[in-house]
Amino acid sequence: MNAIALSTEHISKHFDHFVAVDHVSFSVRRGEIYGLLGPNGAGKTTTIRMLLGLLTPTSGKGAVLGFDIVKQAEAIRQRVGYVSQKFSLYPDLTVAENFNFYGGVYGVSRAALAERRADIFRTIGLSGQDQERVSALAGGSRQRLALACALAHEPELLFLDEPTAGVDPISRRGLWDLLYALAARGASVLVTTHYMDEAENCHRLAFIYRGRLVAEGTPQEMKTQQMVAQVVEIDCEPLDAALTVLRAARWFDEVALYGALIHAIGQNVAEKISPARALLQSKGVAVKSAQVILPSLEDVFIARLRSVDVDDPISE
Amino acid sequence: MNSRLLSIIRKEFIHILRDPRTLAIMFIIPIVELFLLGYAVTTDIRHLNTVVFDADRTPQSRQLVEAYRASDYFAIARYAQSEDEIAVLLDSGAIRAGIIIPAGYGDNLARGAVAQVAVLIDGSDPTVASTAFAASQSVGQAQSIKIVTQRLGVDVTRLGGIEIRPRVWYNPELRSANYMVPAVIGIILQFLTTLFTALTIVREREQGTIEQLVVTPIKSWELVVGKVVPYIAIAFFDLLEVLVLGTFWFGVPIRGSIPLLLGLSVLFLLASLGMGLFVSSVARSQLEAMFLAFLTMLPSIFIGGFLFPLEAMPGWLQAISYLVPLRYLLVIIRGIMLKGVGLGAFGDQVLALLILGPFIMFGASRRFRKSLE
Ligand SMILES: Nc1ncnc2c1ncn2[C@@H]1O[C@H](COP(=O)(O)OP(=O)(O)OP(=O)(O)O)[C@@H](O)[C@H]1O
Ligand SMILES: [Mg+2]
Repeated sequence: MNAIALSTEHISKHFDHFVAVDHVSFSVRRGEIYGLLGPNGAGKTTTIRMLLGLLTPTSGKGAVLGFDIVKQAEAIRQRVGYVSQKFSLYPDLTVAENFNFYGGVYGVSRAALAERRADIFRTIGLSGQDQERVSALAGGSRQRLALACALAHEPELLFLDEPTAGVDPISRRGLWDLLYALAARGASVLVTTHYMDEAENCHRLAFIYRGRLVAEGTPQEMKTQQMVAQVVEIDCEPLDAALTVLRAARWFDEVALYGALIHAIGQNVAEKISPARALLQSKGVAVKSAQVILPSLEDVFIARLRSVDVDDPISE
Repeated sequence: MNSRLLSIIRKEFIHILRDPRTLAIMFIIPIVELFLLGYAVTTDIRHLNTVVFDADRTPQSRQLVEAYRASDYFAIARYAQSEDEIAVLLDSGAIRAGIIIPAGYGDNLARGAVAQVAVLIDGSDPTVASTAFAASQSVGQAQSIKIVTQRLGVDVTRLGGIEIRPRVWYNPELRSANYMVPAVIGIILQFLTTLFTALTIVREREQGTIEQLVVTPIKSWELVVGKVVPYIAIAFFDLLEVLVLGTFWFGVPIRGSIPLLLGLSVLFLLASLGMGLFVSSVARSQLEAMFLAFLTMLPSIFIGGFLFPLEAMPGWLQAISYLVPLRYLLVIIRGIMLKGVGLGAFGDQVLALLILGPFIMFGASRRFRKSLE
């Protein structure tokens, strides 16, 4: 059995003159949860749509489960599951009817469906809701049902486009547990997200920005190897004054809010800590602590995006 | 049947059953349409409101008025005192015809001279006018023959000459219900299938479920067939509904074979489903789909031979009408119901539907498949 579930080679998609995906190459191994992380309009959905044969790549190649994405889309569709960004269920159908419908169109027998439904609903937390109309379900339950529907035919590979948008933290945790269970059984998952904390859950991930893949690796690799800059975390008050002062000083490449803290990113930051403290205090900001920390994914992400923008400023 | 197709059909039936209002509308539309068209769009013109200005006031003139009344075409609503009064009444629309018998009518007849009578007809509705026109002449002629016969003391009809004996086949009483009811079947089949095919597909697009369907192994023909099968079933139910009502309420005969009628209707459905599919690939919302479906009905209603006879249209319009599938179905339905003829009589129509149906379906499927991308 091939150890690669999915791979692309310099895949690109142009819409007229707009380049939505630009020479993206990556691969997902079997049993791996692979994350595509990127801001709005980065090209994540477009990439997935090409992998599913919904869009024809302008150039480049791709293979999913050993099938060519352009010539063998049919074979791919039978074997993968897809929860689109705007996955829509039929609101007038019940939970069970939605599940049975999606299972049925993949050719799963009625008997097998009944069994799987009980099974999947238990793990996913939909037990006892079989007969409820989807129109009466809460957002989180709908998202879980969408995932359940995509699992009805036991796909080898799952595409999840922002599966946790608008889902409460507890449901998100449950969803990730389920993905780990699936991966442990040998299924692969390609998941897109905006959430940094969620990206940390992936086995490996890629940053996509303006159609390009700008960094790739495990979350750990991203934080230790991809980051040429370092991060100082400053706990101080008031935050907005501190931001203004530090940005005006231009000692750091980037000064950003990180929850109730400030992250200042740049080179040789250790030497800049005491001058920064002094400067802040002289402007009336109370500094509780300031230290060099291991960058978070978000820091890495912001730093990477900055370097792309500096190398290739957006025209217009 | 494959499981994909079955799943779609099952799901579509659930959608229909969960929406009882729409379901009710689908069964009521044919009844309403049938009654409206069976009664309102009647071309039987009888009992036209008529006013008489009898300036003669002789037994002869009264005889003439009586002849008009007896003809059933004219209902003598009132008597006027002057020609001007008739003009006013015609202007107001209160009456549709006026009979003016000039003074001296009786005398002229007695002298054996030609007696003139004027009949004024409101021509604003040409159908009404032409019937009134023909009726006024034939009543006058019959009366004239009667008078001549009396004068000569011999039966003039026995003096030789030509006697025309028109006999009307298929619909001897010329009842318009016999003409309309079969046509309503055609209109309903087309309307339901076109509109609901378009609506059900556009709804999936509005909900965003279509993208989800496209990445399943469903083939586009399965999607289309699966979605329309329930509506075909409903269309056939409606067809039977109209047949039953038409027979028992309007007394329209069914002289031919009902299975043949159903079979050839299926052929027609290919074309109307194709139109629905086409509409679904163009419309972005259900409202738009509704408007477009009505739009596709217009040529069928006006140049498909539904309301107006094809023979009366200018040549170029007749040429266009060859592209309207309903035109062929109406010939078939009227033929089977009223004439009781068999398949052999519809060679041309069947051929035309066999060409048009797949052609429309093919074009629409291509567009539909493109619209999925
Ligand atoms: N069919 C299309 N025609 C033209 N432009 C398109 C089309 N589809 C996507 N785009 C553009 O391509 C870019 C990438 O879109 P894409 O949906 O892949 O982004 P994304 O990373 O999924 O963003 P989001 O996080 O908002 O979902 C966007 O700027 C979008 O406007
Ligand atoms: Mg997206």
